[in-house]
Order: sequence, then C-alpha cells, then structure tokens
Amino acid sequence: MSLQLWIWLMVGVTFTLYIGIAIWSKAGSTKEFYVAGSGVSPIANGMATAADWMSAASFISMAGLISFMGYDGSVYLMGWTGGYVLLALLLAPYLRKFGKFTVPDFIGDRYYSDTARVVAVFCALIISFTYVAGQMRGVGLVFSRYLEVDINTGVIIGMAIVLFYAVLGGMKGITYTQVAQYCVLIFAFMVPAIFISIQMTGNPIPQIGFGSQGTDGMYLLDKLDSLSRELGFHEYTSGSKSKLDVFFITAALMVGTAGLPHVIVRFFTVKKVSDARKSAGWALLFIAILYTTAPAIAVFARINLIETVSEKRYDELPGWFDNWEKTGLLTFDDKNKDGLVQYVADPQLNELSIDRDIMVMANPEIAELPNWVIALLAAGALAAALSTAAGLLLVISASVSHDLIKKIIKPDVSEKGELIAARVSAFFAVLLAGYFGINPPGFVAATVALAFGLAAASFFPAIVMGIFYKRMNKEGAVSGMIVGLFLMLFYMTKFKFGWFGGGTNDEWWFGVSPEGFGTFAMLANFIVSITVCQFTAPPPKEIQELVENIRIPSIE
Amino acid sequence: MKKKLAEEYWKKNIKYLIILLSIWFTVSFGFGIILVEELNQFKIGGFKLGFWFAQQGSIYVFVALILVYILLMNRLDKKFNSKRSS
Repeated sequence: MSLQLWIWLMVGVTFTLYIGIAIWSKAGSTKEFYVAGSGVSPIANGMATAADWMSAASFISMAGLISFMGYDGSVYLMGWTGGYVLLALLLAPYLRKFGKFTVPDFIGDRYYSDTARVVAVFCALIISFTYVAGQMRGVGLVFSRYLEVDINTGVIIGMAIVLFYAVLGGMKGITYTQVAQYCVLIFAFMVPAIFISIQMTGNPIPQIGFGSQGTDGMYLLDKLDSLSRELGFHEYTSGSKSKLDVFFITAALMVGTAGLPHVIVRFFTVKKVSDARKSAGWALLFIAILYTTAPAIAVFARINLIETVSEKRYDELPGWFDNWEKTGLLTFDDKNKDGLVQYVADPQLNELSIDRDIMVMANPEIAELPNWVIALLAAGALAAALSTAAGLLLVISASVSHDLIKKIIKPDVSEKGELIAARVSAFFAVLLAGYFGINPPGFVAATVALAFGLAAASFFPAIVMGIFYKRMNKEGAVSGMIVGLFLMLFYMTKFKFGWFGGGTNDEWWFGVSPEGFGTFAMLANFIVSITVCQFTAPPPKEIQELVENIRIPSIE
Repeated sequence: MKKKLAEEYWKKNIKYLIILLSIWFTVSFGFGIILVEELNQFKIGGFKLGFWFAQQGSIYVFVALILVYILLMNRLDKKFNSKRSS
C-alpha cells in the first residue's frame, strides 16, 4: 500500500474516532463544559493531562532540539517534567479542594478582589493565545508535509475538527478525545523509537538502548562525543550554555509548567482531592514515557544522520534526502565543489543545513521503516497538536464566559446563557487561533518561552502563597503579579524584539537569558508580594477560614 | 479539638513537602546541573552519571516522588479521618 494511502487512512480513522467521542460526550451544563462535571477518573485525567501538555513542539521538535543541543537539551527534559512534582505537591490537591472552574476563579476569590481576577484573566489569555497559535501552525505543517495540501488548508481542516469537539463537548468532549489522542500519540512516538533502538543496539528499550553499545561494539554516546569533536561541534554529553543559565531556564520551565492555566484546570475535573494527587502522578508517568524516549531518539537520529551523510557523495545519498530537500528543511550547498557532503560546525565550511524538526519526522525514513510507521507518526503529530490546541481554547473560552461575563460584567446571566456564551467564545477563539495559524506573527517561537515566563512570574507565586501563606492579602498578591508580569514582558521584548533600546546577549542581567528570566521575575513577584503585604491590612476572617479549609483535603 | 487535628495534619503535610522537595531539588538542580561535571567522572553502562541524571534519572525520581506523596497522604488522610470521627 502506498504511503499516501496509509496516511489518509490513519488520519481518517483517528479523526473519525475524535468526532465520534465528541458526539457521545456532548456537554449539557456549564459544569460539564468547564470541568467535565468533575467526574473524570484519575487515570483518564492523567492521560488527558499528558495529551493536553504534550504539544506539537514536544512531539515533533523536542527530540530534534536535544539532538543538536546535547546536554543543554536537558533543560527541556527536566523543566517540562519537574513542574509536575510542584503541581502534585503544591497546587493540584488544594485547588481541587477549592473546587471552582478556573484559575482566575481561585485568584479572584482568594484575594477577594475583582482587580486580582481581571489581572489573572489577562495573564491567562496572553499565555493561552501565544501557545495556541503555534499549535494551529503545527497542524497546518503536518498536513502540508504528509498530505501534500497547502498549509492554510491544513490549518482550516484542523480548525474545523477542534471547533466541532471543543464547542460541542466543552471540557467533557475534550477530556475523552484527549484520552484517545494520548494513546495515538504515544504509540506513534514509541513504535519508531523501539524499531530504531533494536536496529542500532539490539535492545528494544530506547531508554537503555542509547546507553548501550552499537553494532560496532562502541558505546553510542562515546561514539557521538567523538564524532561531534571530529566535526568541530561541542561534545554531546557536555554543554555549551553557562551553568547559571541552565539553572534559571530549568527553574523557569518547571515553575511555568506548574503555573500554566490549561494544565491546572485539568485537576478541577476529578471527583475528589485524593484523585487530584493520583491523576498528577498518572499524568507525569504518561509524560515520562515520551520524555525519557526523546533523548534516546535524539542520539539515534544524530548518529544516523552523521553516518549517512558526512563525507558521502551527494549523488549517492538515499531517497529520503531528496524528499526532505524538496520541503526546504534540508539544504545542501557544495561550497568546495568536491561532490561530497561536508557537515561540520564551522559555518564557512559547512554545506548542510538541517531543520531540527526533521530529526523526528524523517527518522523512520532514515531508518528504512515501513510506510505504516510513517503514517502513524503523522497521525501522532496531529493528535499532539490538536489535543493541546483544544485544551488552550477551553481556557480562553472559560476566561471570557465565566471569569469576565459571569463574574464581572453580567453576574445575573442564566446557566443556559452562560453555556451559550462559553460556546460562542470558544467559536471565536478557534477562529482567532486559526487566523494566527495562517498568518503567524513572527514572534511565535520567541513567545513560547514568554508563555512559560509569564506563567512562572504571575500565577505560580500568587497561587502558592494563596495556599501556604495565610497572611497574604490582595494588595500583596496583585502588586506581585503586576510586577512579575511586566518585568517579564519588559525583559522579553527588550532582548527578543529590541524594544526599550534592545540589547545584546552580553547585556543580559546576571547572564540570564530571556528564556530563564521567568525565574528571576518569579522571585521578584514573591519579594514584592511579601513586602507589600507587611504594610497592608491582613485578609478578612472568612478568607483566612477559606485557606484553612482548602488545606484539609479530606473533609469533602 | 477539631482545629488542633487540622493543625497537626497540616504540619505533617508540610514536613512531607520539605523532604520530598529537597529530593526533587537534589536530583535535578543538584545532580543534573550543579554537580554534573563531578558526576560525569563516573559511568553506568554507556552513560556518564551526571548526563544520565539530567536526561533520565531525574525524571524517574520525579515520578517516584509523586507516587510516594500519594501513598503518604492517603495514609495521613485515613489517620486523620478516623481520629476525627472517634
């Protein structure tokens, strides 16, 4: 069967499945729309969280990124998993006990202030929009590469699917489609990895495989270190970033993960507090399967690539090279006209430029795996992008219909009216996300780091102190969030977009990159909040009782 | 009485958090970043130890930490509930 046919078949079957689930789990009330009626089992919620969390970037780009960064890529591996420990221990159980629908709900109630609520809504919207634009773009890219349709057509097909199940099913529909999407994406990610691990090391477990000996008896990592040295790259297992920056980036990603509203809101969907803890555990376990495999794929793919192309005759390269050259993601420029491919670190001599995304996507072709594996990978990448997009769209719609309309603008809106508002805002959010997918703002890549930085700098301190520091009042929390938010925005726009006079990498404060600055802004938030809180009135008695109440999870 | 129990429960919870988060910090920021060169002198299989902690080990420990927390808290909840009803 031809590759095209396989891909249409896999994508067709999985999409039918998602639509079927959406019809079966249509939301009938606002509680079902926002939090799936708080009746999701911990395992299902764990899978849904994992699919929600692992985006097109995790699925397609991360292994490739690590492939070129080596040890420095650890910031993503530790950063995007370590945050779940913070979630499970510091946030999820207490927020579930609090038991409302959204993150701004908690901030607004705990800090007894609509100002706090509006600041929280503002943060939630910025974070979610920056994130969702990238997902829609990812959907379009996968369609265009595998199904040979135009990127824009791909974005529109993706929009139609998400529109259907997010608007109809709300959180309930999203949760159960995400469970299906997790199964598709993890299967699609693991199958090629296992095949390649067996091919290269004889060990079917990639996590062990990449620390084993290759067919020539040399340890893969030692081989990659020496290949890297020969070609002038930095040694794979040691980094090139400063230790301080690695520390700050990892911390910002961890804390940012714990503060992302579309992840937090998943813990409102389970029945009870102990289920919130359990589902955080399941979620991390399901995520860890992909995250511990990704560094193995990174090593396999890099070695495979170097061995296939380095110093080989250009006209004798395998077919996949030609296929990917056509997409423009792989380019060869025979600078010294010797007909051989020189792939080296020195930009003057290097003749090969490689887009990091193809490390995962071309992997099955490079390893000569059968067509159905490639088709599976396409379906998996779509599942990853769609599930994350849907989760984000729901946060956007709930922020508008629940936090703004119901809580601030028109508190007397009926249950039915709020549900309609939720569906209408989900509809417009999808259109807007689609627009950004078709006309991507140039700063999308830069703003993903911004989303984590903002979540770390705004939500995380406000929520943690809301639970663990009874004395924290609205003045402290609001000023902390505002300082954290604007400090982060300032630093990011200064060094990424050249606003406020711009600046070079040498001018970074304390040598901290914009990606790692979230940690700094978070500390600023904590310091400002605690200082301001000392000079202003303590929170009212009923708020202190609220805090005492959410601390004791077992009284339901 | 009820209030005192709640305070005890919370104190115990905080104690667990401090212990578990110290381990969380040690395996990731400690072994994976601060001490990575020192640990890289040791090898397990084909992995340098510091590199292994940064790309594999820390993640396994994270999963284990949440698991331990679930077990500890379930036990604490049970104890708390039986004391409260007695």
